[in-house]
Amino acid sequence: MANVSVKDVEKIYPNGFHAIKGANLEIEPGEFIVLVGPSGCGKSTLLRTIAGLEEASSGEISIGDRVVNDIDPADRNIAMVFQNYALYPHMTVYKNMAYGLKNRKLPNDQIDTQVQKAALMLGLSEHLDRKPSQLSGGQRQRVAMGRAIVRSPDLFLFDEPLSNLDAKLRSQMRIEIRKLQRELGVTSIYVTHDQVEAMTMADRIVVLNGGKIEQIGTPAEIYNSPASVFVASFMGAPPMNLMDAVADGNSIALPGGALPLNHEVHGPVTIGIRPEKAVITDQANGATLPFTHDFTEELGAIRLVHGHLGDTPFVVHRHDDAPLPDGPLFVSVAGENVNVFDQATGQKR
Amino acid sequence: MTKTETNRGQSAPRKRRFKLEHLLDHSILILGSLFMLVPVYLIIATSSFDRITVARKGLQYTFSDQMAENFHMAMFESTSFTGTVDGFTMLMNSLILGMGFAIGKIAISMMAAYAIVYFRLRFATFAFWLIFTTLLLPLEVRILPTYEIVQGLGMINTYSGLIIPLIASATGTFFFRQFFRSVPEELVEAARIDGAGPVKFFIDILVPLSKTMIAAIFIIMFVVGWNQYLWPTLITTDEGLFTLVRGIKQIMLVIADNNKIPEFGVAMALAIIAMLPPVLIVLFFQSWFVKGLVESDK
Amino acid sequence: MKRAGFAQPWLPMLLLLPQLTIIVIFFYWPALEAVRSSFYLEDPFGFGSSFVGLENYQILLESREYRRVALFTLFFTLCVTFFSLAIALLLAVKADKVLRGATSYKTLLMWVYAIAPPVAGLMGAMLVNHSNGMITHLFGAAGYEFRNGLNYSDTAFTMILVAIWKQIPVNFIFFLSGLQSIPVSLREAAKIDNKSGTSRFWTITFPLLAPTGFFLLITNITYALFDTFGIIDVVIKGEPGNNPLTLVYKVYVDGFRGNDLGGSSAQSVVLMVLVLALTVFQFRLIEKRIHYT
Repeated sequence: MANVSVKDVEKIYPNGFHAIKGANLEIEPGEFIVLVGPSGCGKSTLLRTIAGLEEASSGEISIGDRVVNDIDPADRNIAMVFQNYALYPHMTVYKNMAYGLKNRKLPNDQIDTQVQKAALMLGLSEHLDRKPSQLSGGQRQRVAMGRAIVRSPDLFLFDEPLSNLDAKLRSQMRIEIRKLQRELGVTSIYVTHDQVEAMTMADRIVVLNGGKIEQIGTPAEIYNSPASVFVASFMGAPPMNLMDAVADGNSIALPGGALPLNHEVHGPVTIGIRPEKAVITDQANGATLPFTHDFTEELGAIRLVHGHLGDTPFVVHRHDDAPLPDGPLFVSVAGENVNVFDQATGQKR
Repeated sequence: MTKTETNRGQSAPRKRRFKLEHLLDHSILILGSLFMLVPVYLIIATSSFDRITVARKGLQYTFSDQMAENFHMAMFESTSFTGTVDGFTMLMNSLILGMGFAIGKIAISMMAAYAIVYFRLRFATFAFWLIFTTLLLPLEVRILPTYEIVQGLGMINTYSGLIIPLIASATGTFFFRQFFRSVPEELVEAARIDGAGPVKFFIDILVPLSKTMIAAIFIIMFVVGWNQYLWPTLITTDEGLFTLVRGIKQIMLVIADNNKIPEFGVAMALAIIAMLPPVLIVLFFQSWFVKGLVESDK
Repeated sequence: MKRAGFAQPWLPMLLLLPQLTIIVIFFYWPALEAVRSSFYLEDPFGFGSSFVGLENYQILLESREYRRVALFTLFFTLCVTFFSLAIALLLAVKADKVLRGATSYKTLLMWVYAIAPPVAGLMGAMLVNHSNGMITHLFGAAGYEFRNGLNYSDTAFTMILVAIWKQIPVNFIFFLSGLQSIPVSLREAAKIDNKSGTSRFWTITFPLLAPTGFFLLITNITYALFDTFGIIDVVIKGEPGNNPLTLVYKVYVDGFRGNDLGGSSAQSVVLMVLVLALTVFQFRLIEKRIHYT
């Protein structure tokens, strides 16, 4: 177990591309951190910089209180699981797992013990003599995990490790990875573009956009009070309903009505409302907005009601099976469920 | 057990080690490049000298003033190396051989590959093996009987006798077969639903799809055809049909003859003319060339 | 065959016709002719030939000269293959590694592919010219009198040197494309697993290049056996004399200069068997182990 500290890390490529713009991140020992963001946001670059596969242009990275900027990747005592697994195709499963240990000059019997233990943990004991090409996608994924585990590293790095698996296997491996990580207690950094993975796996999520860290927080914090319009729109499916409006103290004027706020804001803002925090009624009052229904998406457990407020599309979750009331519809939202962002900067207000 | 071996290697000054390594890498690459480059440079420099200097001192590092003259002689006068033919005629013959070889090979092999891949043909497998077997034996192995057959057909000293026997191998067919097989199956199905027959499908869809492949193969084949030596040496005894590469043999014979001083400058100029077109093509179409080479040979 | 292939019966035959005609006339016919005439003895004055069975082969195998040529061919092939592969691999690894100038190095190292073997031979011949060749001078400076065309091993040296030079570009291109097809993440995984670059090369990169390497091994052997004719012809200035020759050159010399049709044909057949063996070997290897997918 080790803590990881990233201080003012910048990464500028020789071609001038500014991939990471001043990243700061403190990771507690044993924590599972997920870096999430759209492609090109710098999440992989940050991970690879921590791994030592890329050199930081400036700033400082430490693993377990040791500054590692000038230390070779092999000496950082880390393990990495790659998107396409990066298994050595010419080596058997056993050799794949043992390779890193051999290069550290561990005695053979110790290597064997560790490989067997990891294989047992991952259900690979019967496949140790196979080549990666003889394994299924899920098995390859396990070998990649095994290769990381046997090293007993200070830090696990995962670079979109599940994106090559089908949906069913993916959700299964999600749980398995998290279980293993808890058992081993190894600090982990996990990169993904899939916000479901981020929400379900992370102790804390780091949302990146355009090379900048937008927000660091627990999944609940990120979901319930996103720090910016970007986070609000990126996390959650379906995404948060967003619309431009003008705030006037304790309420927000919108076409056909107004919504309450639980704190005082003035001026042009963007408001965000989670689909499940809005309620559809046929009773109008001072704190409702007229809602035009377009169509309903049936998802089994819930229904997504698509429509619009004025000209802005708006989606509402409905959990009860009852049909929508006839006649004019309205949406009501409690004040604490209205997220308010500055229209110019996109930051929370 | 996490902390045991983590502290070694910490002292390694990573940046400096990188610099030294880079220096070594570049030195090796520069040496390699020079090894490939210098002989050709010497030929070019030497082509600017008069024959007496070269005969006395050998290849030259520097440039003199005879280059234009040597090249002019090489191109437009019947040189001391041949009887009547000039460099220009040989250049044309080389072009005919290079182009004829490349175009002929691509045309017949595309047709054959199309027949094998896209038709329900009972003896397709047999035809494929018949063609494929030719990959096994290079012309050099069966050179004498081939010569006699070409002679028997009265094709000595003709362009067709020069070109066609060289085409009798399957490299192109094999390559286009591989490529056609990689074309999505749905394409031919879609085309058939759209009412395209086999000829239309070939011309409207397959050929345009193969464009870069054709270009890549053309470059390789042109170079291979242009550079043919043994076969042209045997099959063309009439100077009017000499290619530039074939002409090298005449140069060599004159140099080997110790009784007179050969026109070294002109010889070097001819050698340069002989290598210039294929070299230029390879340089200009480098990515196609690499693609053609890597994919056709595999 | 495509699932939805066309069913026309005549068109495919028409399409196959040109290729089949050419290979039957210029490949199968001469190949069979070579086999046939290897069993006959040609009358030197052109009055027909007589069947002699395996006599041509017997003469061939008993010939000390033929064995000498075969031995030299083996040596020549080994040298050319080994050195051109080794040098090209070194250069490809470096060219793959450097960031600055990679494209220029690639161009500089591959363009020699386009030079015809006899032109390369001519350059070599000039460099080892007895009175004023630069390589001759270099050897002279080291106290050795280099005599190309007169001294057997000196001539062999020239031939091998030129043949290596000419083959480096092809090997370089293949090795480089082989290296570049190794996934980046695989190299990165190796970097995390193994600190030493040299050890990484031998345990990861080199085994992954094996398919390219075996392919090139066969290509290079074929090259050294057959495609070096132009180099040899020019380096020895068309004079076999006491010079080192390869098997292919001897087929040519005996067939066209010596008019020994039967002997030359027998040699052709031996070469055919050699090439076939090489090809079978190649397919075996490809089948057996060396591709990872």
